Amino acid sequence: MSTETVAPVAAKEPAEPLFSKRRKKFVLDPLSDDNPVTVQVLGICSALAVTVKMEPTLIMAVSVVFVIVFSNLIISLLRNLIPGRVRIIVQLGVIATFVTLVSEVLKAYNYEMFKVLGAFVGLIITNCIVMGRLEAFAMGNKPWDSVLDGLGSGFGYAWVILTVAFFRELLGSGSLFNVQIYDASIMPTNSLFIDSVGAFMVLGILIWIQRSKSGYVEH
Amino acid sequence: MELVNLGIKSVFIDNMIFAYFLGMCSFLAVSKKVTTAIGLGAAVVFVLGITAPVNWLVQEYILKEGALTWLSADFAGLNLEFLQFIMFIAIIAAIVQLVEMVVEKFSPTLYGALGIFLPLIAVNCAILGGSLFMVQRDYTLAEAGVFGVGSGLGFMFAIVALAAVREKLKYSNVPDGLKGLGITMLITGLMGIAFKSFIGIAL
Repeated sequence: MSTETVAPVAAKEPAEPLFSKRRKKFVLDPLSDDNPVTVQVLGICSALAVTVKMEPTLIMAVSVVFVIVFSNLIISLLRNLIPGRVRIIVQLGVIATFVTLVSEVLKAYNYEMFKVLGAFVGLIITNCIVMGRLEAFAMGNKPWDSVLDGLGSGFGYAWVILTVAFFRELLGSGSLFNVQIYDASIMPTNSLFIDSVGAFMVLGILIWIQRSKSGYVEH
Repeated sequence: MELVNLGIKSVFIDNMIFAYFLGMCSFLAVSKKVTTAIGLGAAVVFVLGITAPVNWLVQEYILKEGALTWLSADFAGLNLEFLQFIMFIAIIAAIVQLVEMVVEKFSPTLYGALGIFLPLIAVNCAILGGSLFMVQRDYTLAEAGVFGVGSGLGFMFAIVALAAVREKLKYSNVPDGLKGLGITMLITGLMGIAFKSFIGIAL
């Protein structure tokens, strides 16, 4: 039932290099032209919710990359064993397992951050980027390709949320990674950026810039 | 009174979309027409209203530390909370499936209207988010139910309003790069400012 995005390689060819041109595309495309957030409109929930400060955003980005790469790998390994009718549940099960791992590790080593991120760690399960990649790519491609695809989409997501967080923390709190950059007496901070409103605005403008550069137009 | 207050709070002030950004994917993807937006909104109210209390029961009687004592006193020290994510998402998926079958059986017209949106809801972050928030905030069973329905209604308001704006937007000339997602994000931001005016309302 999965959509094959890449034609299977002919069987007789010698082994493809680990980073062939075709495979580089898996990693590089989602970074700009096919970005999961700005072009495909996926994973917006967490892109906005955790981006008040740089630090939680970085942790969130790392967690998502981890979850997406490993669930892609597992689903790709299992792709011929999963019956079509129950694939959504299987995918959710695999994702939920990795998210539980992330959340337990976070709880053990950085409890402060776990409290800051709160429910949003759990919400990686319903991050549509992860589900989308499993459904559209890992179900129909080989493990190594899927890992690269996961890396690409993960980093595509990561740079967008880090950029949003950069502007929100800089303009909203006057700091970066909790280090004060300028004082409120020099330039007043704008509390709208801490608020949800700022997140929508920053992401909207980022999408505008990114799409103007790549020339992508939605109809 | 407490419950009414909580209901109003979860519809307007702690709005799923504007305060917590939950359910954004479907919020953006299914807000092109008002009729479909109403369909999705109704489905979310329905599913959120059921899953929040059910997950509350699961949390209270299965997952929490010492929750299994009703089974046997030996389980007093057992804490299954690490299974929370998997349990919740499995229950949500199961309930969505169940709701889909029940609706199909008893009301084919409603099924036709909700149709494709029901299965989509299983992966809507607003649903899982509702359950996780409910645990985080220590609600009682009644509160969980009110919170579920209220959050669902808040989501429905937001998506129907956005769909109405986007229907009008078709006739305006938006710069190329801003078309679609970009302008929608900016509109959502402006709507968020409007929703901010509800802050502080309490009965």
